[in-house]
Amino acid sequence: MAFDIGLVTLVLGVAAWTIGARETFAAVVGFVAYGLLLALVWVRLAAPDVAMTEAALGSGLTGGLLLGASTRLARTDGPAAIEKPSAIMRLAAAVLCTLVSAGLAALVLLMLEPAPTLAPRAMANIAATGLSNPVTAVLMAYRAIDTLLETVVLLLALVGVWSLARDRVWGGLPGPYHRADPHGLLTFTAQILVPIGILIGIYIFWVGSVAPGGEFQGATVLAAMWIIASMAGLVDAPPVTRRWLRLALIAGPALFFAIGLAGFAIAGGFLAYPESHAKLLILMIEVPVTLSIATTLALLVAGPPERAPAR
Amino acid sequence: MTEGTLYGLCSAVLVGLGLFGLIMHPEPLRKILAFNLVGGGVFLLFGVVARKGAAAGLGGDPVPQALVITGLVVAFAATALAVALLARLFQETGRATLQADE
Amino acid sequence: MSSALDVLTILSVSTGAFFFLAGTVGLLRFPDALSRLHALTKADNLGLGLVVLGLLFQAEGFPVALKLVGVWLLALLAGATVTQLIAHIARMRGSTM
Repeated sequence: MAFDIGLVTLVLGVAAWTIGARETFAAVVGFVAYGLLLALVWVRLAAPDVAMTEAALGSGLTGGLLLGASTRLARTDGPAAIEKPSAIMRLAAAVLCTLVSAGLAALVLLMLEPAPTLAPRAMANIAATGLSNPVTAVLMAYRAIDTLLETVVLLLALVGVWSLARDRVWGGLPGPYHRADPHGLLTFTAQILVPIGILIGIYIFWVGSVAPGGEFQGATVLAAMWIIASMAGLVDAPPVTRRWLRLALIAGPALFFAIGLAGFAIAGGFLAYPESHAKLLILMIEVPVTLSIATTLALLVAGPPERAPAR
Repeated sequence: MTEGTLYGLCSAVLVGLGLFGLIMHPEPLRKILAFNLVGGGVFLLFGVVARKGAAAGLGGDPVPQALVITGLVVAFAATALAVALLARLFQETGRATLQADE
Repeated sequence: MSSALDVLTILSVSTGAFFFLAGTVGLLRFPDALSRLHALTKADNLGLGLVVLGLLFQAEGFPVALKLVGVWLLALLAGATVTQLIAHIARMRGSTM
């Protein structure tokens, strides 16, 4: 319990730093630390899958995205300071936020005991799915439609990001140009880290059926490895009009949807799996979904096209 | 007070802090940061509900945990789109602010 | 036997935590970026190594022990890379960091 109190104090302290820091760069660094501390909190709440997702996606990729944005917008810290809200606004906002917090705290303290839970029903039917990680069973079997729609949402966000390209670089290469220094430090690190990282990413995805892990965590590690290789200048982003890139992006959701439709024929409902082949079907869905999500996440971090494609 | 309740109160304070930052900061990037803070707090509340639903030999109810994983991925996608919009706004107007031009 | 392992774990992890504390003191007290980086990398790598050593005594099998050592090596690689990159920028900008 003392450990929990210390952890909560740290989390609230870092969150207050993120809100109150003067410079945006310092706030973003605070946010990355906040994400990692939240991952510790998730472990304390007996949710290791969520802890991995928070550390990789919520803290790692989001932090990288925000760091890049904060350095690009660094010159705007000054002029925006003249719009600071007045003291009355500050007081009103503080009162409102205290009311919101108090309302949520009351909800927490008045939670039902014993709490209603779906854990017994999830575990009762888990043998039929062929998986032993209950969170993966929920993601891929019980609530597979949520996961399907989630992959579509990721694609829609990517379409939104791509649509922000300027007219003359429409359909071009995303992200700035990184020059590769063959004797540079980043090249050395990328050459060592990327193969290990790809192995770790595939392992995290593969082991998700029996232990904490899964396709989102594995896909995030794979996306991060591409980002490191691209920052070292070892690989360059392809133009967004490339057919193989677009096929890689839609392969996951398309196959997911196709297997869902096939569920009508072989098991009597959308995204229903026949009991004997459940694990095989789930694996057939997970592999292309992992590749698609890794590509989507990497392209979301790379941003809209900024360089015209070479003719 | 069980650990679940402690983390639940922590999540309530986080939502309040993030909301304060969202209202107070004029710079859009700080607003995006504060919004992510609010998101972290809300997901933490889900996690507390999951922890309280520990049963059948598990440490927590897996359904809210799976919902949080989905939520984290979607929150990242929203943040990426917001940052891209902000970068484009900066490219077009040379300033990153939500004030309308005079 | 297991209590002896527990004592070793507590000793190693406490020493590692002390090194982390020393590194943070260096971060707060040293005058410029390069010396702060020096304090951070030396103390933090050693601290992490001692923490991992303490956890090795509690590992339930060879693969888990290998993964723990792998974590330490990867953290070493990441720390060394980031330190050199920051030091390069610090040197380019003079001692105004």
